Amino acid sequence: MKTIDKLITWSLLKSPWILHFNSGACNGCDIEIVDALTPRYDVERFGIVQKAVPRHADILVVSGPVTLQQAKRLKTIYDQMPEPKFVMAVGACGCSGGVFNGCYGVIPGVHQTLPVSVYVPGCPVRPEAIIDAVVKLIQSVEGKK
Amino acid sequence: MSKITIPFGPQHVALKEPENFMLVLEGEQIQGATVNLGYNHRGMEKAAEERTYLQDLYLIERVCGICSHSHTTCYITNVEELAKAETPKRALAIRTLVAELERVHSHLLWLGVAGYEMGFETLFMYTWRDREQVLDCLELLSGNRVHYSINTIGGVRRDISAEQKTEVMKRIDYLVERTNYYIKLATEEPTIYARTSKVGMLPPEEALRRNAVGPTARASGIARDVRKDDPYLIYNELDFKVITHNTNDVFGRLVVRALELVESYKIIKQVLNNLPEGPIAVKVPMRIAPGEAVNHYEAPRGEDIHYLKSNGTDKPERLKVRAPTLANLQSVQYMLEGGWMADVPLVIAAIDPCMSCTDRAVVWDPKKGKKQTYGWEELRKMAIERYKRRGVDFSRLG
Repeated sequence: MKTIDKLITWSLLKSPWILHFNSGACNGCDIEIVDALTPRYDVERFGIVQKAVPRHADILVVSGPVTLQQAKRLKTIYDQMPEPKFVMAVGACGCSGGVFNGCYGVIPGVHQTLPVSVYVPGCPVRPEAIIDAVVKLIQSVEGKK
Repeated sequence: MSKITIPFGPQHVALKEPENFMLVLEGEQIQGATVNLGYNHRGMEKAAEERTYLQDLYLIERVCGICSHSHTTCYITNVEELAKAETPKRALAIRTLVAELERVHSHLLWLGVAGYEMGFETLFMYTWRDREQVLDCLELLSGNRVHYSINTIGGVRRDISAEQKTEVMKRIDYLVERTNYYIKLATEEPTIYARTSKVGMLPPEEALRRNAVGPTARASGIARDVRKDDPYLIYNELDFKVITHNTNDVFGRLVVRALELVESYKIIKQVLNNLPEGPIAVKVPMRIAPGEAVNHYEAPRGEDIHYLKSNGTDKPERLKVRAPTLANLQSVQYMLEGGWMADVPLVIAAIDPCMSCTDRAVVWDPKKGKKQTYGWEELRKMAIERYKRRGVDFSRLG
């Protein structure tokens, strides 16, 4: 492994920056994701920072079943992110379409649009589950090193 | 200076949800704004027709994660009306309690988001920390933080015990204290006033013309509140005020929401202290008698309307939801025009938009094979022509 790759992996593990993308969710998961950033759970103390621009992000946190309108936007946003990048599918909708499975405006599951690294089930997910998912993701990247 | 058009959304720093505004700018000033919807369209109304009434309850709950209780209560009132079910008094009281807890959580959430858009991040962190207390109350009562699912056809799922009551009371007392601090902050802090005053103006006549609802209308001095105008649940037995403000700007919307929190605490305490005794649910048959029902409900963001048509089976024939944000979006266009680019996030946030509630309507033309979104003028023309064919002429109306 080249030094530069080592540096990139090190910075990713020490401070993963996330980008939150709502692909047609009901807001339940979205407010829980924001909740994880606010004082009670406060993931910012571990260096997890929410970013607004895909070009700065390491982890794409996708909530919601992917609606037809959002699918191509989701792909564009993913393409704008620099390597190495990971996708986290949040909520029952993100995992499989959840309650919206069978709706005509939905491509159920984020995995049909993007390669997903980690799934977080729950409707809606609890902030603890989101933190756990980030930890698991980091551990799996550490294992690959 | 030449005009430029820039898109705002669907993925944007200031927006938590997908929506798109096309802004025509001349320098920093906004000349025109168009709202584009549909990014969150999932096809729920159609899906509701394929599920039973009880399954629909959980689908309707997921119209929106912030006002989930509003939607289910409105839907279930329709179902119970058609089934002619006598919902027990205690169930109605518990529904009212959860509804007000939801309003508190939604308004605190909004205060935080507004603080964030203003650049006042401390307020955002403060209110979201205090909001956890309400979420704890909801978790205690229903078992879940966000989608409470307290409603079931014919009543509620869970009863309230004496211990739960004391716990909720304790947390409400803490919140009352914190809210007084926020009211002081909102009304006395000069930076908040300077940032929000005269931003996103909506005069009362324009608010009426554009059918603004909820806190957006009340901040323009229009006392419009379904809880008072057409009381549902047990609101006719409760003592509370409709808060209005006459500054017509974002500052007014801030004050209205902060003062409404106090009214909600009052309602919660009244309900908890006077919980009627009795059963919490009655049995309702799976098949609902044929008929139509319309009900409205004061959601945290404004008036929510549900229409339900039953054909005698265990599945609804048609369900239509008009969420408050759809009513308020017409006003956003007016508020943005003539304003400044830097105020856009704040003005949009000020109506507390909830796109997941709103994005359920798109026109599909099978002949042309493409989607088409109709503007106000076209829709009006179509409506007038349609009624002309039926023998009523509306074209003379303004």
